[in-house]
Amino acid sequence: MTQPQLDTSPKVSDEVRKTTCYMCACRCGINVHMKDGRVAYIEGNRDHPVNRGVLCAKGSAGIMQVNAPSRLRAPLRRVGPRGSGEFEEISWEEALGIAGDWLSRIRGTDPSKLAFFTGRDQSQSFTSFWAQAFGTPNYAAHGGFCSVNMATAGIYTMGGAFWEFGQPDWERTRLFMLFGVAEDHDSNPIKMGIGRLKARGARVIGVNPIRSGYNAVADEWLGITPGTDGLFILSLIHCLMSAGKIDLNYLARYTDAPLLVDDETGLFLRDSDGKTLVIDRATGELAPFDRKAVRPDPNARHPGHQTVLQLMAKRYLCPEYAPEAVAGRCGIPAPRIRAIADEIARVAFEEEITLNRAWTDFRGERHETMTGRPVAFHAMRGISAHSNGFQTCRALHVLQILLGSVEVPGGFRFKPPYPKPVEAHPVPHCKTQPDCPLDGPHLGFVRGPEDLALTEDGTPARIDKAFTWENPMSAHGLMHMVISNAHAGDPYPIDTLFLYMANMSWNSSMNTRGVIEMLTDTDENGDYVIPRIIYSDAYSSEMVAYADLILPDTTYLERHDCISLLDRPICEAEAAADAIRWPVVEPDRDVRGFQTVLIQLANLMELPGFVDEGKAPKWRDYADYIVNHERKPGIGPLAGFRGNGDQTGRGAPNPDQLQRYIENGGFFVNHIPGEAGFYKPWNMVYQDWAVGMGFYDKPQPYLFNLYLETMRKFQRAAEGHGERQPPDHLRGQLRRIMDPLPIWYPPFEDDHTDPADYPLHALTQRPMAMYHSWGSQNAWLRQIHGHNPLYVPRDVWDRHGFQDGDWARVSSVHGSITVPVALHGGLNAKTVWTWNAIGKRKGAWALDPDAPEATRGFLLNHLIHELLPPRGDGLRWTNSDPITGQAAWFDLRVSIEKVAPQAETDPAFAAIGSPVGRGPKNLQWKVSE
Amino acid sequence: MTSLPQSTERKMGLVIDLDTCVGCHACVISCKGWNTENYGAPLSDTDAYGAEPSGSFLNRVHSFEIEPEDNSPAQIVHFPKSCLHCEDAPCVTVCPTGASYKRAEDGIVLVNEDACIGCGLCAWACPYGAREMDSAAGVMKKCTLCVDRIYNENLPEEDRVPACVRTCPAGARHFGDLGDRESAVSQLVTERGGFDLMPEMGTRPVNKYLPPRPKDRLNGAGPRSAPLASPSAGATDAQGFFAWLDRALEKI
Repeated sequence: MTQPQLDTSPKVSDEVRKTTCYMCACRCGINVHMKDGRVAYIEGNRDHPVNRGVLCAKGSAGIMQVNAPSRLRAPLRRVGPRGSGEFEEISWEEALGIAGDWLSRIRGTDPSKLAFFTGRDQSQSFTSFWAQAFGTPNYAAHGGFCSVNMATAGIYTMGGAFWEFGQPDWERTRLFMLFGVAEDHDSNPIKMGIGRLKARGARVIGVNPIRSGYNAVADEWLGITPGTDGLFILSLIHCLMSAGKIDLNYLARYTDAPLLVDDETGLFLRDSDGKTLVIDRATGELAPFDRKAVRPDPNARHPGHQTVLQLMAKRYLCPEYAPEAVAGRCGIPAPRIRAIADEIARVAFEEEITLNRAWTDFRGERHETMTGRPVAFHAMRGISAHSNGFQTCRALHVLQILLGSVEVPGGFRFKPPYPKPVEAHPVPHCKTQPDCPLDGPHLGFVRGPEDLALTEDGTPARIDKAFTWENPMSAHGLMHMVISNAHAGDPYPIDTLFLYMANMSWNSSMNTRGVIEMLTDTDENGDYVIPRIIYSDAYSSEMVAYADLILPDTTYLERHDCISLLDRPICEAEAAADAIRWPVVEPDRDVRGFQTVLIQLANLMELPGFVDEGKAPKWRDYADYIVNHERKPGIGPLAGFRGNGDQTGRGAPNPDQLQRYIENGGFFVNHIPGEAGFYKPWNMVYQDWAVGMGFYDKPQPYLFNLYLETMRKFQRAAEGHGERQPPDHLRGQLRRIMDPLPIWYPPFEDDHTDPADYPLHALTQRPMAMYHSWGSQNAWLRQIHGHNPLYVPRDVWDRHGFQDGDWARVSSVHGSITVPVALHGGLNAKTVWTWNAIGKRKGAWALDPDAPEATRGFLLNHLIHELLPPRGDGLRWTNSDPITGQAAWFDLRVSIEKVAPQAETDPAFAAIGSPVGRGPKNLQWKVSE
Repeated sequence: MTSLPQSTERKMGLVIDLDTCVGCHACVISCKGWNTENYGAPLSDTDAYGAEPSGSFLNRVHSFEIEPEDNSPAQIVHFPKSCLHCEDAPCVTVCPTGASYKRAEDGIVLVNEDACIGCGLCAWACPYGAREMDSAAGVMKKCTLCVDRIYNENLPEEDRVPACVRTCPAGARHFGDLGDRESAVSQLVTERGGFDLMPEMGTRPVNKYLPPRPKDRLNGAGPRSAPLASPSAGATDAQGFFAWLDRALEKI
């Protein structure tokens, strides 16, 4: 037979529109191929700094998101009881009228009666600007239940953390150590990076109780016991210090290692200008740390004082941190800990890199070369979502700094606008008055007790109790406590809960059933305890049914957005970058981008900042704001194409700016000069470049903080020093945990849960092909992850006599669930786990009520309470890190028992009504036909 | 019943690196997207939002766990699988209508959907399970190696690779002529010990897999590579450390 003639050059599309993905938080560039005005195919944008052409499963499945039957169609007003899902469609005029009416009344009486929390928001610099103009102190996004420990520990310690803040030097790293990553975070860059390392034979060490994904390809897998990462890291520090395998030159020059700590107060020795002092090795005399040509002595002898490095030696050389002492707890044999420390030291010091690039430091000293230590670290949620997570993240940063591998070739590199010292960040603000804006930004970095968000009588100013003695350094707020506190009226009741993109009645809350009850609970008059709930989402999520008013958002392909340097930018270590989204298709429903709706509400309420002196609106929609808003003169949401289109960073608003971004592929990149590429916190060429970009107004070199004086100030308050004093019941906790040098303590769950009764740790990870709840409505992705078993390690599997297809009851001190189980050999022997947010409630997401997500999927959330068990003191103790308030999801301990196979997972909830109906039965389509 | 070409001018195929594949399914969905919109009938989905969603895919990722007998940690291998474009493709020879064929110019095995009667013999004959019947169209679907991309003059030259290769974030998928010993893919196979999937089946697959590298070697069992406890280095207590510190500071 002859071969058929094929057309091997068919037309691919009519047009390619380049925008930014939003199938997870990674923000890759995408090429959207259009046919007949419709989306036909999505691929990665090769020019884009984040993904350089590649795209993950979620990104490629974006076409099924813009086609999803779960898309909300019009504003909705609740007509049935909360939770019924019964709504009527209303006009936008009516919806804005209702919301404007509720909000204006609050603003005129007590703005703190509004709690505005914005979930997985990528426009926080805008939503916080709105909340500040409104005047409520109650604003934050989802950082508190996500990874605030990682971000905050990084900023306090070294002026930036992983992910948006920085990245491994993928080009030069020879050893990459990856801790506890939830598999989605920074997903494509990490996959690309691992691929690059593998291609040139560099090695990867994975530290994660679960061997899957990145840990499956890691050359070494350390299946650590959850909650013990900090102890393991401190043991590595013990090994490295006792062997002298630390970078003394780096520590002396660029860190606080030589700073002098007062034996009595624990505070740094300072001069009359408040500048920290060191002993200069050249003169033996005291000198300000930054004086020209000073050579700080990390082993200085000064009466009544010790250097930070001396304090560290005294602590970490103790036998309690020896591998043999920590091995059992960490679940890693001592010889293996020593072998890992050996390998780190070998690569850092024997494979030293020298780049022939001259640079000048902040003391005016010129260096002819750049020295690199090619060991790089990365970590995310896994190590941070514990009640000891802040100190653990601190320990990891201290380890990197001791090796001298931060901001050097082969190590960890900051991405602009980081590095940025904590001093360059605001402190929190909470002063509120009727009809007035808040006195400053809500969120910030406290420097001491004086910055806590407390009212005059010492009670919490914020509904989530952020920046209080319970969690003083809660830089991202505590979204997971908002509903619980509002329901309890602790510290005060609220009027309106306003949420965006946060599935709080399902997978984004601890204690899901309890939260559902709080959202529907009524008082003695039959009124809801949380009187009004406004919610904005693009899809028919579980949360929709619990709101009184729905403001339907667009999908990500139908909207304007800016990925801004003022916010969570997409920069690379060698370049500043920002990006936009723009409507590559127009919505076919009566929906509006949420940020545009906020502008319309602000204009309706005539909020300061949104209207001019004549009360005329400054911006008609979000696109208008993106182009014309100036945070400071010349500095706006987008850094590229300012002025006449030729100015970068600073410049007047350019009316053609969005068009220029579109022409440029949806993003903008400005490269850092080569001599500024490393040592950024101390490199004067970088500092000047950053000023030019508008990141700060004058150069501000700083030292890395191995020792956190801010924490010592809280400890001192707990010891009775200072005006602002903690309540007595928190003194002991503050003294113990606010240690200025990293410590490890067992997760708090271990204090109240008997390890014999609950011998297993239980974790969740997000799969690479599914993001939070969004993926479940996606007809392609749900075929990859449509249900989730509980994965059980070999010993537990055998001991309980589990077989394929078996089910188990899993119990915590808070509750129990009944779920299918599966064997996973590559698992810490004391750990069970499952995929996060696969389980769905019947009736949500336009799925059939018999969808596997609802019958064989489940949430671990039912086992986790937002509060610790009562201690008999009448107080509500949050299940959070006591330093930052990060939700301690991964402290969970459980027991497991085999049960007969079930028809459905338990708990099973009644179906909720769907405002969008169900999806079509079968899909068979080509856009071009 | 359908004959194979005696030989093909080139042997285009994939080399898949099992040491690097993180199992992210990017290739699966990119393939689904491209091949729904392009060559042949769209890849349909049955019960798409229902209780038993089931669609056709040309490429799937399976994960296998290996529990070594020596008590070392279990390992996971992510295993992407699509048509291997075999030189002795049993799916072609079994085809009663000539719909399945192997192209003489590049060795790509394709289904001519106009001639396919949906009998399913080819899927039965394929030892790899690499073919899927599209239940809506009633025709057999399989990897085309993106035959409508790799020569497509409407695409920039760098994009003339299969969709799965272009999208793979970890760079675990390589495309090229495995009949050319000098090609990058052939050299990769040589360097890394690439292997045939189930060679005992006698299908002579063109696609190759690169094996996972050995894992978990840093167990402290072998000679220490950089012994941290060497006497000249440091100290085991603070006083010893300070003495070392003074000595070390003299050198910088």
